[in-house]
Amino acid sequence: MIRFDNVTKIYDQKSRPALHSVSLEVNRSEFVFLVGASGSGKSTFLRLVLKEDTASRGAVHVAGRNVADIPGWRVPRLRRGIGVVFQDFRLLPNKTAFANVAFAMQVTGKSRTVIRETVPDVLRIVGLEGKGNRMPHELSGGEQQRVAIARAIVNKPAILLADEPTGNLDPTTSMGIMNILEHVNRNGTTVVMATHDNTIVNSLRKRVVELQHGRVVRDEAQGIYVGEIRAAAG
Amino acid sequence: MRIAFILSEVGSGLRRNLSMVISVVLVTFISLTFVGAAGLLQLQISQMKGYWYDRVQVAVFLCVDNSMSPTCAAGPVTAEQRASIRALLEGENLSRYVSAVEYESQDDALGHFQDQFANSPIVESVTADQLPESFRVSLVDAEKYGIIDEAFSSLPGVDVVSDQRELLEKVFSVMNRASLGALLVAGVMTLCAVLLIATTIRLSAFSRRRETGIMGLVGASKAVIQLPFVLEGVIAAVGGALLASGTLWLSSDFLITWLSRLYPETAFISAQQVLLLLPVLILLAALLAGVSSLLALRRYVKV
Repeated sequence: MIRFDNVTKIYDQKSRPALHSVSLEVNRSEFVFLVGASGSGKSTFLRLVLKEDTASRGAVHVAGRNVADIPGWRVPRLRRGIGVVFQDFRLLPNKTAFANVAFAMQVTGKSRTVIRETVPDVLRIVGLEGKGNRMPHELSGGEQQRVAIARAIVNKPAILLADEPTGNLDPTTSMGIMNILEHVNRNGTTVVMATHDNTIVNSLRKRVVELQHGRVVRDEAQGIYVGEIRAAAG
Repeated sequence: MRIAFILSEVGSGLRRNLSMVISVVLVTFISLTFVGAAGLLQLQISQMKGYWYDRVQVAVFLCVDNSMSPTCAAGPVTAEQRASIRALLEGENLSRYVSAVEYESQDDALGHFQDQFANSPIVESVTADQLPESFRVSLVDAEKYGIIDEAFSSLPGVDVVSDQRELLEKVFSVMNRASLGALLVAGVMTLCAVLLIATTIRLSAFSRRRETGIMGLVGASKAVIQLPFVLEGVIAAVGGALLASGTLWLSSDFLITWLSRLYPETAFISAQQVLLLLPVLILLAALLAGVSSLLALRRYVKV
């Protein structure tokens, strides 16, 4: 689903690369944790998948296509196949939960009927049944993140990228979010989640890819993460 | 759905940015009013040229007692001189250039003079023998005045050859200068309008960067992201163009009615001609706003 061939990303010639010769393959319907300290290259990895940035060297393949070959005007089509969730939720503060989710469908030209049918379903999947008409500030952090996930999956993307989705949430709420992501994954969506929350990584026992200074230092099928200690030792 | 969505985005943009939108409307209004005024003046000039150039004549004034020119040294024109001038004017050689020749005697001249200055006390002190008799020559092509001038101004008995067009040219040059001035103001104002539209759209895009960022992430196309902003600029500018059109229409209607009562002889542009100019103004506004909005967005709304 996602394949990195010797990808190097250099933002600034003088500093070290954000990603350094990264080769990695994520298969369809896989759930992958991308772990590592801040600045290890997790976000850069996600940005390259979205073609928000282009690789300095090497090739990034998403859904079988080299993203370097996708012309600018086709990039929106690529992104419709990828859902994204962020640490800071990125909801529109002046729109209700329903409207925030519907927004993702409106801008891609879905009909009003389809939106009215789909959005309540998706809100139910993320556990927000009946809260569609709340404004973001009337929702808790966990609920806001659920709205963000609903928005990310409402167009049924093949890939879901999550950049520290639990970074602003307490452990209990975080587990709720993880349950939703697992549910999304079980339905066939490839999930790549960047995090440095070791409790979550250790309790889910999924594939773990660890980045350090832009290099892949570990790739384990049912891994754990002891990031802080390892980082201190290394 | 997407159209409804884009329109609702346009609406919210216009509402949020109301004061800037109003300033765009006003600046476009003023600039296009000047553009329109310059256009109408040009229309009026060409209208008057068309009307007058058909009617202007070249006057060949004949010598009277007190004529000063060397060709009049022998005193007033004689009957033979008059006859030979007429023969030359109506002859074969000039028939290609001359469409009609009228003779105006001293009595005719006095009659015209009295008509023209009916309200002036000068009328009573002028007598027929003070006014020159003349041949009024209508030309096939008014530009060919030089031929008549060359052929007659040195003939004995001819005082002076005068082209009425010269008088008109003075009027037209004043009007031309006025329309040039209007165009100059219009140019500066249009530049202001374009810059203001660009700034407004940039501001609007900046204040909604959160929305556009999310739109880009969920895969909205460039057109869907940018169109609301471009439409915002176009709508504001077209609003200004409509105001300018209304102003031009009302004021030209008023002016034309007023002036044609004052100068019933003069041909003024018609209401239809004014109406034809207005869509041009609206199109111009839409085009300018569209282009400047797009250019402003190029750097600020990236996909």
